[in-house]
Amino acid sequence: MKTDKGGEARRFGLAVLMHLLLVAAWHFFVVLGEVPSFVMPTPVDTVKALFAGDYRWGENLLTTAGEIFGGYALAVVIGIGSALIFSWSRLTEEVVMPLLVSLNMIPKVALGPLIIVWFSYGFLPNTVIAFSIAYFPIVLTTARGLREVEPELIDLVRSIRGSRWQIFTKIQFPGALPYIFSGMKVAAVLAVAGAIVGEFLGSERGLGYLMLQVQVTLDTAAMFMAVILITMIGVVLYGLVLALERAMVVRDARVS
Amino acid sequence: MLVSPDAPAPFIRLQGVSKVYRGRGQDFLAVSDATFDVAPGSLVSLVGPSGCGKSTLLKILAGLHGHDDGQVTIGSPQHPFDPGRDVGMVFQAPLLLKWRRILENVLLPAEILGLPMAAARERARALLAMVGLAGFEDKYPYELSGGMQQRASIARALVHDPKLLLMDEPFGALDALTRDRMNIELLRIWQESGKTIIFVTHGVQEAVLLGTQVVVLTAGPARMADHFNVDLPHPRRLALRNDPKFGEYTQRIYHLLGLD
Repeated sequence: MKTDKGGEARRFGLAVLMHLLLVAAWHFFVVLGEVPSFVMPTPVDTVKALFAGDYRWGENLLTTAGEIFGGYALAVVIGIGSALIFSWSRLTEEVVMPLLVSLNMIPKVALGPLIIVWFSYGFLPNTVIAFSIAYFPIVLTTARGLREVEPELIDLVRSIRGSRWQIFTKIQFPGALPYIFSGMKVAAVLAVAGAIVGEFLGSERGLGYLMLQVQVTLDTAAMFMAVILITMIGVVLYGLVLALERAMVVRDARVS
Repeated sequence: MLVSPDAPAPFIRLQGVSKVYRGRGQDFLAVSDATFDVAPGSLVSLVGPSGCGKSTLLKILAGLHGHDDGQVTIGSPQHPFDPGRDVGMVFQAPLLLKWRRILENVLLPAEILGLPMAAARERARALLAMVGLAGFEDKYPYELSGGMQQRASIARALVHDPKLLLMDEPFGALDALTRDRMNIELLRIWQESGKTIIFVTHGVQEAVLLGTQVVVLTAGPARMADHFNVDLPHPRRLALRNDPKFGEYTQRIYHLLGLD
């Protein structure tokens, strides 16, 4: 699939246009439909919420972003790390993998109350929830990617007495990168959800916490703003992962 | 024997080589009594049906598999052979690394052997030119056709200047026309490089067209059925296939494979 520069610019422009159209549709829906502002505020009211009340947006934003990025970074490091251990030790993989597959089926959100019991509440448990939900797609796809090596390529390296380390660094790991990134993209979305659920369950800071606070006062505009900011954290994280993938993985090798 | 007394010492000598895969409950004889000599610089076709042990034999020569019986000797005083670096391999699939440009793909064996990279780069460029890929050094594999990818994999197999080139059905996945072209190309590359090549195929015509010597292997049970020199002039062309002598050779192989 080849795209020229012009096609890319056109697609980007179209994406921006569609987003603007969505905001416009939102605006006219509220205004023309005379929707009460506590049900749905207009886009302008939503932005105004940033400056109304003492919501400490900056602090809450940083808290939530910290939980998401922290949990995600942990999931990437530990996820790839454990997959590497599996690929180096067949025994570990055979023993641990079936367990991971089962653990993956646990709805991690359901662990939230437990994690809060174990880690108290606040930044740490929310980071742990984000980690626990983001970890599985990364470890599973990385392990899969590390397994997908052409046996004949290994023959080729071994026929000139190449080492296992050379096979790993030159063939196995670069070959696994597209899989790793596909797991990381799924995990980026999940990490956001994990941190917010943690904040819903118990915390005294963060955008999820803020949403619960303003829910009581029916400040719907602030809730909308919070959702938008949470989404933006997710977009930034996803964008960083995509940029890293573009830099590290040749287009044809990418797993979409 | 095929080797006359005043002929140079063989580069490869196989004597009664056999290999058994031990499976659950049942052993599988993959190669039996393979006995033949290979003169330095020759191109030997190993031809036979699936399960005749031709790929196994290739892996034994590559030092990837041991053997159970017999003797394998590679190298001679005039042509010393270092099993750790004198093997180049080409497979049915090009197996290029998708994330490397063609030149970097060709350099892989040089990197693994820790050769001086500046010289290796030079050599890789020259090899790419020899296989007809000058100008494609900076392309990625997906930008090349299957036949071009296979040419690149041949260049890769030669980059560390191995004495022995082992090819396992290298053109088996290509369309018939590309395969014809690659056959002629391989003959040219072989003559230019002077390598000893072992060429595994199940194409009878291909085996005779390419080989200075043909080894016929049969399956069920695996055994070496015949080996003979192909006394046809070089450089060979595709039209050689219409030569009555060519027909005699292919007929001889078809007969051994029970296909006449």
